[in-house]
Amino acid sequence: MDPMAAIRDTFFQECEEQLSELESGLMRMEGGETDQETVNAVFRAVHSVKGGAGAFGLEDLVRFAHVFETALDQVRAGKLDASANAVRLLLRASDALADLVRCARDGATPDEAQTTSLAAALKALTNGGPTDDGHAEDDEDDGLGDLTFLPLPVAVEAETTRPTGWIIKFRPLADLYGNANEAALLLREVSGLGPVSVTVDTSSLPDFADLDPEGAYLKWTITLQSDCDEQAIRSAFEFVEDDCELLISRASDQADEASLPQPGVDEGGAGSAETIRSPVPIMAANATASSDIPTDADVLAMIRKAQQSVSQPDHDQPAARSRQGAPPAVDGTSSKSDGGSAVGATIRVDLDRVDRLIDLVGELVINEAMLTQRVMEAGLARASGVAAALDELEHLTREIQDSVMAIRAQPVRSVFQRMPRLVREVAAMTGKQVRLLTDGEGTEVDKTVIERIADPLTHMIRNAIDHGLEPTDARLAAGKPEEGVVKLTALHRSGRIVIEVADDGAGINRERVKAKAIERGLIAPEAQLSDEETDNLIFLPGFSTASTVSDISGRGVGMDVVRRSVQSLGGRISIASRPGAGSTFTLSLPLTLAVLDGMVVSVAGHTLIVPLSAIIETLQPQAANVHTLGTDVRVVAMRGRYIPLVDVSMALGYRDAPLEADKSVALLVEGEGGIRAVLIVDAIQGQRQVVIKSLEANYRAVPGIAAATVMGDGRVALILDVDAIVSVTRTEILRGDALRAEPFLLQAS
Amino acid sequence: MIKTILTVDDSRTMRDMLRLSLVEAGFRVVQAEDGVHGLEVLRDETPDVIVTDINMPRMDGFGFIEAVRRDVTWRSTPVLVLTTEVDAEKKSRAKAAGATGWIVKPFDPVKLVDVIRRVAA
Repeated sequence: MDPMAAIRDTFFQECEEQLSELESGLMRMEGGETDQETVNAVFRAVHSVKGGAGAFGLEDLVRFAHVFETALDQVRAGKLDASANAVRLLLRASDALADLVRCARDGATPDEAQTTSLAAALKALTNGGPTDDGHAEDDEDDGLGDLTFLPLPVAVEAETTRPTGWIIKFRPLADLYGNANEAALLLREVSGLGPVSVTVDTSSLPDFADLDPEGAYLKWTITLQSDCDEQAIRSAFEFVEDDCELLISRASDQADEASLPQPGVDEGGAGSAETIRSPVPIMAANATASSDIPTDADVLAMIRKAQQSVSQPDHDQPAARSRQGAPPAVDGTSSKSDGGSAVGATIRVDLDRVDRLIDLVGELVINEAMLTQRVMEAGLARASGVAAALDELEHLTREIQDSVMAIRAQPVRSVFQRMPRLVREVAAMTGKQVRLLTDGEGTEVDKTVIERIADPLTHMIRNAIDHGLEPTDARLAAGKPEEGVVKLTALHRSGRIVIEVADDGAGINRERVKAKAIERGLIAPEAQLSDEETDNLIFLPGFSTASTVSDISGRGVGMDVVRRSVQSLGGRISIASRPGAGSTFTLSLPLTLAVLDGMVVSVAGHTLIVPLSAIIETLQPQAANVHTLGTDVRVVAMRGRYIPLVDVSMALGYRDAPLEADKSVALLVEGEGGIRAVLIVDAIQGQRQVVIKSLEANYRAVPGIAAATVMGDGRVALILDVDAIVSVTRTEILRGDALRAEPFLLQAS
Repeated sequence: MIKTILTVDDSRTMRDMLRLSLVEAGFRVVQAEDGVHGLEVLRDETPDVIVTDINMPRMDGFGFIEAVRRDVTWRSTPVLVLTTEVDAEKKSRAKAAGATGWIVKPFDPVKLVDVIRRVAA
């Protein structure tokens, strides 16, 4: 790849990071954290974007970032108060900046009107402060910024008749050397302008015993033959203009003579503590002089004065600037750097490589299982050395797998960070005031999962604001604060990641939901539903239709689509709602889509895997505890509760007749929303970590089955979708309308 | 002799651009991500010229330059400030900290190399 193109990619990646840094910083400011560190971080983010944008000639971006940065600089300097209104404007500016970055990246056309109006608003905010941003902008746009700041004292002389050259008198002050500038290099620079003759005046050099090795004692007179203008010479001295005495004059015959070093100049001064730093008076005197002689007189006077001040610089400057390399200074430096040695050492790795590694480790896990099985089949005793080594191998394999998965794990922050903007937009569209609270952004989950939760989450948040929160007047009428709260939380729970979207709105209007469900023929008019069941109706396909969907949460996607996409990830979604107090949507997802801890069970001669995370306990049911309700619904009495019993072999269509409960093994499982059921299977084979192979990708989606895996003997085993199995029973009980899983065939590959 | 340049900048984009420009001009480039990191790099490297950004987390350019100048080893090593700041105040602060010169971003690779050659012995 072209190196510049690669850097451009880096730039846009970095922009994304800076933009999210910017947004989170502004949000902290919105929350009242206006400490210097936060403001600095925010400023730096915009500054960085601007810097890179300038390098790529992204004019629109630079211009807007500059206005933005100017405003932030004022906040930083305490000249602008970070009021709620100001921060809100800054947040909108950050959105606009993000848009500009993305437009620049994708070559799209930015929303000119938005940018212009925000830039104007920012300028209005900044005005009152002293910054003259118009000028600063010009400085940067012309690409000559490094020259424009030069305060050029009147330089052009009326005398244009004899452009023979220049005489430059140059006397470094100690600070020039102190900043690691070098007189010889400056002379070299001047000699690049034309032929020069240089004379050095060493008359103020003290005796060796009195010599300060870092003092400044020399001065030079340079005669330059060149047609160049004064500015060219000045730019050679650009970095040292404040650290030297510099006198530039047109060369004329008279001047040549007059400018020769004069012995009288160099009387060593009796140390005046005052250092003359500004050469401006000299230049001013010179520039206005029409005759050479008074000029030189001025120069001599100035030089004499200056010399007095510089002759003993270090005696006058206390130990703070000790030039002798005193050990304490060195120690100070190194101890300081020791303190910072905990640099976060990170590397960037192409995701493809990590994915490949994960695939390979998956194969390794399968291979290890196969090896174990072969060894057992060969009849080696469990106590044999081979078996012990295999245990070790299994342990190692597992650790490798965990470590590799950890590489791809990422905090959900990247998704959460997109939400504040969404909230602002939806809030603006609905005219509601919304505060988004987030918690648990650091919760880690596999990158493949992260990529796929953004869409459902976006929809859930839209839904929470649009349908969950009441309009402002209704809130006030209900005695709630004007501002609605949407809370986004992530946490780990029993090997899964749980994401909750909670609002403090009115809660689900169950009467309306039920009426609508009846109207759409989703439930029988006489159905008796619990509150929870009613709430869950909103996930039914066909519940959400155009007439109930507004612009915001609509976009043609109902909650059923959200649920389906969540389920396709092996996740589940549920809702809990309290009238008047709000609703909470809970999304639960596996931490990874790559591996799973499972219970290996036999069902009617097939091997199935039940995800371990769903299993609460295993038990041997007693016939006496199993009761039949109606014709074929069975429940198990367990610790004073009745729990529905599901015969897996029948749910999947392996058998037509139910298995006798006391001849089977039962697994108490918990599905979505804490719904429990007892699954009965023929036998338990053991526990195993399995590598998930998608059934959809290799075959097709099968109801009741989440995915498949390859077992140690090379055969395919299906992974049970516990939620689906549990909900099938519930639906059966609920509606008497069995969504029985169709029988299926699967070819072992 | 090939000259070594230390660049200190928190922006990956800038680091990449500096590296590209300087390597193409025949310099050896070592890089650091902020002032603290820069000082750590200086324990193992002896650059001929240091180029540093101003706005950086942990330790900004001013602090970095001051720390560099405090160390006798780097007393005479040219330090160039690379920054988008155009106002004179920042520049004089950088100079007071001990900066040798400056380059205003967006830099032009030719100009960058020119300035480095100008201050490098």
